Amino acid sequence: MITKRIIPCLDVRDGRVVKGKNFKGLKDVSSPVELGSYYSECLADELVFYDITASSDGRKLFTEILREVAANIFIPLTVGGGIGTMDDFDRVLKCGADKVSVNTGAIKDPDLISQAARKYGDQCVVISADIKRVDGKFHVFARGGRDDTGMEGISWIKRCVDNGAGEVVVNSIDTDGVKEGFDLDLLSEVLSVVNVPVIASGGAGGADSFLELFKTLPDISAGLAASIFHFGEVKIPELKKLLRDNDINVRL
Amino acid sequence: MIAIIDYGVGNLFSLESSFKAIGEESVVTRDPALIEAADRLVLPGVGAFGDAMQKLVLTGMDIFVKRAANKGKPLLGICLGMQLLFEKSYEYGEHEGLGLIKGEVVPMAGTIPEDLNIPQIGWNKLELVGDSPLFKNTKNGDFVYFVHSYYGDNCDESVIAYTDYGRKITAAVARDNIYGCQFHPEKSGETGLRILKAFCGRVEE
Repeated sequence: MITKRIIPCLDVRDGRVVKGKNFKGLKDVSSPVELGSYYSECLADELVFYDITASSDGRKLFTEILREVAANIFIPLTVGGGIGTMDDFDRVLKCGADKVSVNTGAIKDPDLISQAARKYGDQCVVISADIKRVDGKFHVFARGGRDDTGMEGISWIKRCVDNGAGEVVVNSIDTDGVKEGFDLDLLSEVLSVVNVPVIASGGAGGADSFLELFKTLPDISAGLAASIFHFGEVKIPELKKLLRDNDINVRL
Repeated sequence: MIAIIDYGVGNLFSLESSFKAIGEESVVTRDPALIEAADRLVLPGVGAFGDAMQKLVLTGMDIFVKRAANKGKPLLGICLGMQLLFEKSYEYGEHEGLGLIKGEVVPMAGTIPEDLNIPQIGWNKLELVGDSPLFKNTKNGDFVYFVHSYYGDNCDESVIAYTDYGRKITAAVARDNIYGCQFHPEKSGETGLRILKAFCGRVEE
């Protein structure tokens, strides 16, 4: 049967991998090309490559680096960040992306997901949702976690899947960078309303966080993290051994 | 030289990069002279069967691929490219395929347990059948990466690997010089690169 996936996420700005805490205070980590091929060789199941550059110059640089990353990895690659039009889909798919992740773009243009799903297939379209609790309710945030859209998070995700998103990345702003585990309550609510793969993001503090995730929520497809992998705090082969020893089905 | 058939579908960049990584020269082309000159052919593909088949016919590639395959040139169909090798598909209607491998392409929906997601997306194990040259660098139980909602059926005599997704699903087929894999070797890490090497006739220690 299909395995649970472990996914390192590379946030890239101006050609370098960065990682912040609660989306602020970004800190340079390393070269995306080096990190990408390192992960491809050391049993990462997939790579997410996220463009957090704002300027158009930076975007051009990102496209070049994306090509270089894609040419050196032999696992599936999801690309996101600044995807707002069908041309953006086309641009990153031509550079070697297998899936395209949309976030703010889908909030601005509700038809983007259905258009992309029709053209490239559901499996190509990933909805990435940044969710934060506001007065006890899950709200969708836009622009890298800066703007509260006021929209309710769970129904938003369901709507995106109904429109053709083939996969969901649920990023909890509340747990992101805190390193005390994934947002299990939020993830559990998402799992109860969609039937496509759900990827947990935000909050992994160590290998234990992944074990807790897959044990508590057996329907979760994957766990995603950045800094704990980039800084070598968690090594993917060791994480997978721990999961396998606890009867979680992983590729090892 | 390997000719990757370009008929307007699919992510060919990854395939080219994979061949480069194993030190094989490849070219993405629809030039009949290059296809004729190539040592091996790869038929890629993503998307819907009917649409892809139509593009193959419009570019004339159906004829060149069939001719080369029937003359004994090694051919590898990948994902939808494998499904196109069959006689027909039931994806959104009924469509004729290249007919190079006996069998048909059927939907997973209704044939696998309802709690499983469709498409199957992710890493799954190969259960090898027999001793195909395509898998001479592969061990039983090696993981490869799948993305698909349809699979090859009624093709038992050609199956060289299954995978388990709530039922036995055709993972790879072969007939003489013609090979097809439902999974993506170019996305299957080291295991995938070893399968591409085997397709190029190279045996790994």
